[in-house]
Amino acid sequence: MSENGERGVPDMERPPEGLPQADRVGEGMGVPSGWDRPADLDKEPALIPDPAETPVPDELRAEIEAMMARYPDRRSATIPALLAAQAVHGWCSPEALRQVAAVMQVTPAYLSSVASFYDMLNEKPVGRHHVYVCTSVACHLVHAKRVYDAIAKEAEETGLEDTEVRQFECLGACDMAPMASIDGRFVGPLDPSDAHEIVDSIRDGRKPLPGRGLEDSDYRLPWGGRA
Amino acid sequence: MALNELRLLKNINDPELATIDGYERFGGYRAIRKALLEMDADEVLHELEESGLRGRGGAGFSMGKKASFLPKGSMEKYLCCNADESEPGTFKDRLLMQKNPHLLIEGMVIAAVAAGANRAFIFIRGEYELQAEVLDRAIAEAYDRGYLGERILDSDHSVSLVLHRGAGAYICGEETALLDSLEGKRGNPRLKPPFPANQGLNQGPTLINNVETLCNAPAIIERGAEWFKSVGTEKSTGTKLVSVSGNVRRPGNYEIELGMRAGDIVHGLAGGPPEGRRVKCWFPGGSSAPVLTEADLDLAYDFETMAEAGSMLGSGAIIVVDDSVPIVGVALRLAEFYRHESCGKCTPCREGTNWTVKMLERVDTGEATPADLDTMADVQTNIIGNCLCVLGDSMAMPIGSMIEKFRDEFEEHIERARRSNGGLPMAAHGGIADEAIGSPAA
Repeated sequence: MSENGERGVPDMERPPEGLPQADRVGEGMGVPSGWDRPADLDKEPALIPDPAETPVPDELRAEIEAMMARYPDRRSATIPALLAAQAVHGWCSPEALRQVAAVMQVTPAYLSSVASFYDMLNEKPVGRHHVYVCTSVACHLVHAKRVYDAIAKEAEETGLEDTEVRQFECLGACDMAPMASIDGRFVGPLDPSDAHEIVDSIRDGRKPLPGRGLEDSDYRLPWGGRA
Repeated sequence: MALNELRLLKNINDPELATIDGYERFGGYRAIRKALLEMDADEVLHELEESGLRGRGGAGFSMGKKASFLPKGSMEKYLCCNADESEPGTFKDRLLMQKNPHLLIEGMVIAAVAAGANRAFIFIRGEYELQAEVLDRAIAEAYDRGYLGERILDSDHSVSLVLHRGAGAYICGEETALLDSLEGKRGNPRLKPPFPANQGLNQGPTLINNVETLCNAPAIIERGAEWFKSVGTEKSTGTKLVSVSGNVRRPGNYEIELGMRAGDIVHGLAGGPPEGRRVKCWFPGGSSAPVLTEADLDLAYDFETMAEAGSMLGSGAIIVVDDSVPIVGVALRLAEFYRHESCGKCTPCREGTNWTVKMLERVDTGEATPADLDTMADVQTNIIGNCLCVLGDSMAMPIGSMIEKFRDEFEEHIERARRSNGGLPMAAHGGIADEAIGSPAA
């Protein structure tokens, strides 16, 4: 029995011996890991940070304060503020959450509850660059998985750092399928042979696949249409 | 039946259209002059109701009626534009926001006047970074020129507009989840009633409309409800943007008259499936719509006919699946999507999506039996109508329709996967659906 167990709280971290553990939460579900573990009753809850004791970069503070002013209720600025903090820190680190909490005067736990819900907010350091390969239904029909596999393989084999390569749900660009969002730039239709150029351009800090991004003025779909 | 005159997509590829000067040159911002200076709020609302414009986000509810549900009188009321376009297969709002942002802004001012709201928000999905930049610029331009802000065009109406970026969650397209997210919380749907028209954002009365719906408002005010109704069917008035994707030769957005033959969209406009292949099935309204078959392409594409055929027009996203694609792979990808996007609040959806994925994986690897298909169909039935929102239903309906219409293929798939694995049960091989795409139909 662990300390918690002695206090009447079952120790969920260690399964009882001999009993198979049901896999309740599938991979990719929106349920944060550890959701079924009991709270650590010995730990003090994190309070709203004291602004005087929590240094926040001036620019980030100004950005969050400006966001709060745009809404009838300051808490509406939570998601934009977390996105801004993530841009500074690279991820929603405990420090990033503390800084946002100090400016917004909310608890870090509240921010964590929000950050754990949204796909674009990361509670783990996944890298500053993001390659979201859409593998949702429309892209699936035109072999998106092959594109994802090729990019993931190329990134791994060449040791691409500071970059998150992941499958993503529909990005709203099914006319460009199969497509990916590379640091927000929508490119497509992609072929597994594009993986090399995509990974290279991220490493070199170049814009990937010039002329093949939705934002490019000369962008055309392969059949000649405009997206 | 080709459209004589494009309405929403007129001049869409002119780069000038995204600027305020270009938009005005093409006749933009005339409708808000009329709405603010020549009409009173009730007349604006009446015109929208009279037009028969139905919501273009998925539910197809009358836009004017929805606006009329907001209580009258002076109080803090809100307008939210649902620009969270995340329904797989849907990419029409992306096009409108990127290439004609001022049309949306003008439509929002008109809707705000009709509903008596003076604070407006655009909730745009976080992944649409380019579109958010375009809209931010356009909103700043509109403020500069006095189309937004205090006492617009010296009228009594004031409308402020804030662009709010989401952070990646399909569920936030559900209107009450959108409100929670906009309030800075996890995007969990709320119990209804109360409906947002009575208690929405920060408990205030709130009107929520899709991008395309709002983009229809300026022309209705400028040219009148009668003009709007001159195309479409009696109950599905006006034009509709359809996003065609999947196994077609010319994927893209097309503006059509509601009531057009579905086959003319899929084969005529979008070029049909690649050479030598046939349409196996198609989703008429995004991935949440039950699938229809090739024979159904003869139906008229409008709200009523799609509903009568057992499906829905939804967001107007047609996804075409050709006969080279195993249906099990499509079902699995679909179920995985809804499992990932379920917010976890209601048990039937949270557990139902998870178990459906697991059962489909077993079908794909040949570990299932035909009896499991009945269990799976049963799970779908038990999700529908039992949750706070329709996310679970959105998986249950298409999956249920696939099992019903392609039962033979599901059974053959189980058998083929089992044999390809040497008849071994419970083997941890990856399934056969993915490898089979693009190969000739079995």
